[in-house]
Amino acid sequence: MTLTGWGRTRRAEVDACRPERGQTAIGLLKGRYDRGILAHGLGRSYGDAPLNDGGNILLTERLNRMVSFDPSDGTLVCEAGVTFDDLLTAFLPRGFLPPTSPGTAFATIGGAIANDVHGKNHDRVGSFGDHVLWLDLILPTGEMARVSPTERPELFAATIGGVGLTGVILHACFRLRRVFSGSVDVRERRMPDLDAFMASLSEARETAGYSVGWIDGMARGGDMGRGILETAETAATDAPAKPSKARAVPIDLPGFTLNPLSINLFNQAYYRRVSAEGRTRTMPIRQFLYPLDAIHHWNRIYGKRGFHQFQAVIPDAEAVAGMRKLLEAISEARAGSFLAVLKTLGGEGRGLLSFPTRGYTLALDFPRRDGVEDLMARLTAIALDHGGRIYLAKDAVLDAASFARMYPKLGDFRHVLDGIDPDRRIQSDLSRRLDIRGVSP
Amino acid sequence: MTNSTWLVLGASSSIARAFALEAAAQGDDVLLAGRDTADLERGAADIRIRHDVQVEVIDFDAEVVDSHDAFVDAVTTRAAGFGDKPLNVFLAFGLMPDQSAIDADPDQAQRAIMATYAGAVSVLHRLAPILEARKSGHVVVLGSVAGDRGRIKNYVYGSAKAGLHAYLQGLRNRLFRSGVTVTTVKPGFIDTTMTWGMPGLFLVASPRDCARACLRYAKKGAEIRYFPSFWWVIMTIIKNIPEPIFKRLSI
Ligand SMILES: Cc1cc2nc3c(=O)[nH]c(=O)nc-3n(C[C@H](O)[C@H](O)[C@H](O)COP(=O)(O)OP(=O)(O)OC[C@H]3O[C@@H](n4cnc5c(N)ncnc54)[C@H](O)[C@@H]3O)c2cc1C
Repeated sequence: MTLTGWGRTRRAEVDACRPERGQTAIGLLKGRYDRGILAHGLGRSYGDAPLNDGGNILLTERLNRMVSFDPSDGTLVCEAGVTFDDLLTAFLPRGFLPPTSPGTAFATIGGAIANDVHGKNHDRVGSFGDHVLWLDLILPTGEMARVSPTERPELFAATIGGVGLTGVILHACFRLRRVFSGSVDVRERRMPDLDAFMASLSEARETAGYSVGWIDGMARGGDMGRGILETAETAATDAPAKPSKARAVPIDLPGFTLNPLSINLFNQAYYRRVSAEGRTRTMPIRQFLYPLDAIHHWNRIYGKRGFHQFQAVIPDAEAVAGMRKLLEAISEARAGSFLAVLKTLGGEGRGLLSFPTRGYTLALDFPRRDGVEDLMARLTAIALDHGGRIYLAKDAVLDAASFARMYPKLGDFRHVLDGIDPDRRIQSDLSRRLDIRGVSP
Repeated sequence: MTNSTWLVLGASSSIARAFALEAAAQGDDVLLAGRDTADLERGAADIRIRHDVQVEVIDFDAEVVDSHDAFVDAVTTRAAGFGDKPLNVFLAFGLMPDQSAIDADPDQAQRAIMATYAGAVSVLHRLAPILEARKSGHVVVLGSVAGDRGRIKNYVYGSAKAGLHAYLQGLRNRLFRSGVTVTTVKPGFIDTTMTWGMPGLFLVASPRDCARACLRYAKKGAEIRYFPSFWWVIMTIIKNIPEPIFKRLSI
């Protein structure tokens, strides 16, 4: 079958299996595969992290049972194919939330661990991997291993953010967070330019439960970096539920639908939606956490060629200079991007290849047109110059040399993999592109 | 609406698992019956955690008809333990060996018939008096489009399902008198482990959608339904191809 990442820039022809029981999955890892096998969650990574072209794929979506739950402290054990949507459906009515969540509910727990995902509360609670108590991992050989910060800690650290390369996560144990309502009070404020934005974010990271900024990637000159800052706190009581039905984009839209003019109009409207004085609203937490999930298959608006997402983090010290350079390069290229997301990250993740580090992260989509990959290479160079790194969950274009400079623990990661998978039974398009395994020892 | 208890027979299958989850999502209790009790226990834990309803597992093997009396006793005891609620039955088991495997080893035909037809009749016939006595309830049984016409590709399985369809017509006739509905659902292509990787499938439906439809049909007391419903058109055409022509086809 053909698989793609969410950005649909990379395709893979794979031989896929879809076990419904853990035992079946274990058996499958014992098989022989010419070009390796790889776990694939729901393909919400944008690039080639969940792909293995010409090789085998193990789809985890039907390994989605909840195994045990302790309401006294929120400890949950579940199979790795459980999604954030499943967690919210089951637990929000009972006053529990996943500790943190990416911007889509249609990601699996296995995917969240393998990319060590972060949410809008990273400064407060860290990334998903920080909340994992232990994992049951099917090793590349088909053996099972329980890994945790105390049991085989190096393997645990390699698995958090390990983009699937240490094996297939079968079970995860983590703690849900108690909340007293299913809603949040969201405050929105206009930010006139980049400096104001960065200053407000740096204040919000100390005070707000959640914070996220939406930047108009088309604004230039004195307006560059303008946008809306959203901060939020858990609400005291629930917002009145208004039934909303998810809509879907039924087909690929033609490539010209998104052009600099239409995007510019959209971005302007988005900015002006919030009055100059700002506004405060109470809304269901799903609506706040997952604004894009309301439209299924929204990735189709970018047409058949798909789109890239660029996401980099730049450490605090270099962030102001780095973000300015990135935005300059973007507005100069007029590449046309919907809203860009700017937010802060609180600190390093536990994984050897975890993306987060204390700093500012910028994420934005580019329709895949000629020249976009050159622009992304320029942006990557700017990020590197400022000590930054690119997020593998979003990436399809980074080169191996830059990757190695961005992830200083790559050597340790390789060492762990050489130990558990000397025959390279687990492979992905991403691992080959970025030469993650390196030369054989 | 008062909640009920669903007995799910063959509860490890993709559709049955989806069905049990959907029923529980509506607040119904569930009895999961099947052979792989370890797997069913995992399924039971999942349902309890997600939906906070009562779920229990009962060992059941369709092919071992000797055990069915004891099984039905166990069902009544467990169902009573859940409180005095209407009892409904969802039957999802069946065995579809490759026709070529059956051709190589005719004993496989016996097994397919036992599991798909004789076992189903055995257990349903033992449950029927209980449902009659309760004067309410829904029975939903997964038949198959394969039972609508014998085809070279799987006529042993198809004939077992055809037998089951006829049995269900009679059972519907009988239980109607006691206010119990019997629904035959004939699924087309559903995205299960049985169909995974098969070439030439089209418009494949998800187990969850199939499960939801089954619950809807039960509430309505529908008699015979194809799911997805367009299969009615396909099967009407297939049923009407004259035998002299049909025997030459290999669909
Ligand atoms: C709209 C949208 C918003 C997003 N917002 C954010 C955000 O705010 N923050 C953020 O951090 N990310 C965000 N993401 C990225 C997304 O959270 C990650 O890509 C996540 O990993 C996707 O999960 P998945 O289940 O789809 O995994 P996939 O994309 O299918 O796989 C991702 C990686 O995980 C591995 N993997 C999956 N399951 C397992 C398993 N069981 N065992 C071992 N390895 C496994 C795969 O091999 C692959 O390397 C967003 C994505 C979208 C589409």
